[in-house]
Amino acid sequence: MITEDNTFIDEIKNFIATKMTLPNPESNLIAVLHKVQQLYCYLPKDVIDMIAIEMNIPAAHIWGVATFYHYFNLKKPGKYIIAICLGTACYVKGSNKILEAIKEHLKIDVGQVTEDGIFSIQPARCVGACGQAPVLMIDEKIYGELTPDKAIEIIEKYRNKNNND
Amino acid sequence: MKEHVITICNGTACINKDVRGLQNILEEQLVKLDLQDKVKINVSGCLGMCDKGPVMIVYPGYTIYGGVTEKDITEILQEHIINKRPISRLAIQEDNLFNRFFRIFGDTKFFGRQMRIALRNCGIIDPENIDDYIALRGYEALAKILTDMTAQDVIDEVKKSGLRGRGGGGFPTGTKWQFTADQINDQKYVICNADEGDPGAFMDRSAIEGDPHTILEGMIIGGYAIGANKGIIYIRAEYPLAIKRLEKALADAEAHCLLGKNILGSNFDFDIEIRLGAGAFVCGEETALIRSIEGRRGMPKPRPPYPSVSGLFGFPTLINNVETWANVPVVILDGGSWFSTVGTEKSKGTKVFALAGMVNNTGLIEVPMGTTLREIIYDIGGGLPNGKQLKAIQTGGPSGGCLPAEYLDTPIDYESLAKAGSIMGSGGMIVMNEDVCMVDVARFFIEFTQSESCGKCTPCREGTKRMYEILTRIIEGKGMPGDIEKLERLGSMTQKASLCGLGQSAPNPVLSTIKNFREEYEEHINEKKCRAGVCKALLNYVITEKCIGCGACKRVCPVDAIDGNKKQMHHIDNDKCIRCGMCMNTCKFGAIIKS
Repeated sequence: MITEDNTFIDEIKNFIATKMTLPNPESNLIAVLHKVQQLYCYLPKDVIDMIAIEMNIPAAHIWGVATFYHYFNLKKPGKYIIAICLGTACYVKGSNKILEAIKEHLKIDVGQVTEDGIFSIQPARCVGACGQAPVLMIDEKIYGELTPDKAIEIIEKYRNKNNND
Repeated sequence: MKEHVITICNGTACINKDVRGLQNILEEQLVKLDLQDKVKINVSGCLGMCDKGPVMIVYPGYTIYGGVTEKDITEILQEHIINKRPISRLAIQEDNLFNRFFRIFGDTKFFGRQMRIALRNCGIIDPENIDDYIALRGYEALAKILTDMTAQDVIDEVKKSGLRGRGGGGFPTGTKWQFTADQINDQKYVICNADEGDPGAFMDRSAIEGDPHTILEGMIIGGYAIGANKGIIYIRAEYPLAIKRLEKALADAEAHCLLGKNILGSNFDFDIEIRLGAGAFVCGEETALIRSIEGRRGMPKPRPPYPSVSGLFGFPTLINNVETWANVPVVILDGGSWFSTVGTEKSKGTKVFALAGMVNNTGLIEVPMGTTLREIIYDIGGGLPNGKQLKAIQTGGPSGGCLPAEYLDTPIDYESLAKAGSIMGSGGMIVMNEDVCMVDVARFFIEFTQSESCGKCTPCREGTKRMYEILTRIIEGKGMPGDIEKLERLGSMTQKASLCGLGQSAPNPVLSTIKNFREEYEEHINEKKCRAGVCKALLNYVITEKCIGCGACKRVCPVDAIDGNKKQMHHIDNDKCIRCGMCMNTCKFGAIIKS
């Protein structure tokens, strides 16, 4: 038994197997971690141990890589990840105020998950939508020209969507 | 609607050259080749290119053919309409690639000052349709080098163009190609750096999303020139649409024999693979990027050896930025000599900028080198909204600097920007008005670089951290005399002693704001004042004479800092006040102001 959820283990093993036949297979470690995060939304410890065996790379090395890159979550995030852009264009247009408003509204800090597991907040460096600054991103959808009120309205829409599902 | 339109000039000069006879032949041939349903014939008045008649234009693509003869008609139909290959022999030579964009959008104010070379197809073609790209002479440069040019010819053409690296460094591209080509090794790599980590920049994302094939074509040409068979595009995982379009483009190019084994029957093989980044700014640095592709922590290595000698997996590697690659097909097709006529003496061609911040028209622009900041901000950008005054222009992202309004007439090229204390960088350009505090901006950037520092070398790891701490205390009203000098000393040490570009350029935002806006730093430290009203700790809320003593502010104040009798002017105790701003938001009379 591996983690609470082992539905994706075979898929990951197959993915690794296709990469192991290529030249320099260990160079695909980051691609494998992307695959894991895509399936689990984060990198569960047991899965990392499994990758260590399958790819023949020390687990310590894998953790070294996983912690180096911001993109990888080491804790299970909320169902919806609210990524607030703190890039330059958004910053000078007041993204900080939006972050503060959302933090206060959800009563969690950056990197934390709400008690019901629906939301978590992540800062994003720049999502490349500077023309619409300030922006936030949920599930790859970008919302622009925000005010604190608009941001909260959007979050509440997701909460309703979740309740209706 | 028919797929193609051919417009035939029916001016006097062309008629004298028997354009009508040609039209008859054209109509006959259309029937013969069964193309009547695909091609519509239009006649037009005089185009004014009388010496080049008979003239005809093929749409889409605006290919102008001059001096057309009877036998050319069959060739035009066979090659251009059926095989989708415009005939360069007949095309009127001024037809540079960028002209197509200009012809369509040239008289729009936003585009009139621009010159689109790297972005020539963005907004015109369907990025997911390879035929659209091919119709605009796409992959013609590749066909040209594979049939008519040796690897050295290609490198010489790039050298002649004067093209320089668009990722920020400005290293001459041809020289870099030559270095890599000179290495004798069976295995070499070509890398496209699409790890666009600068906050406030989206040039690479838009270029890939708008025209992915031009990047692939550039890379294949690069591979041919240096003798590599393997290309890798390293792109941010944060750009899902760009990745999707690249994947589609790769599959289409392969299906059209433009990628993979034996490209266009030339015996030249080239493969391209996509590798995703994972959110580390330092991976934009070439040695760190290589390590990341190798599946390791993205930490830079000292240079030399340069990647051109020992790069990916220890093999010679050619790394160029997205925008640089996008320029390559133009250099080949329109020629290095033409390319070198655009721009300034030392900086050739154009530069793409992501214009953002407090400016009316935000977005992506491409201008010839040598355009001034004023032209970009006021002519293309349409000036600042709400009649605000320009305070600073930030170029080059976290590695660049803030230039004050005095530098508006600085022409944009690598040298002038460096002289002014900023850098060209990869093309982020943020316009700031008087509501932005320069000390706060400096702290914003240094906060970014200190958290993105990989931690390998001490000057960068500690230098950026200490600068961040000093700036934070200045902003919090705890700045001390001597702090500015400390920042300057730390900054110059970090610049000189860091291993890679990240550390060497990290102090730029701090040093450039001190150089250009020193008085703001002094005000923060000595007078505990922030003129932009951004630094909360230095703000004071004051109740003015407009106050009628309603007591609303007093009731909302969470810390009981407001005092005053009913119907009399209230006042705020600034020692108790936590600067939450609730009172100001509550006051219906606009009596409370920030000072």
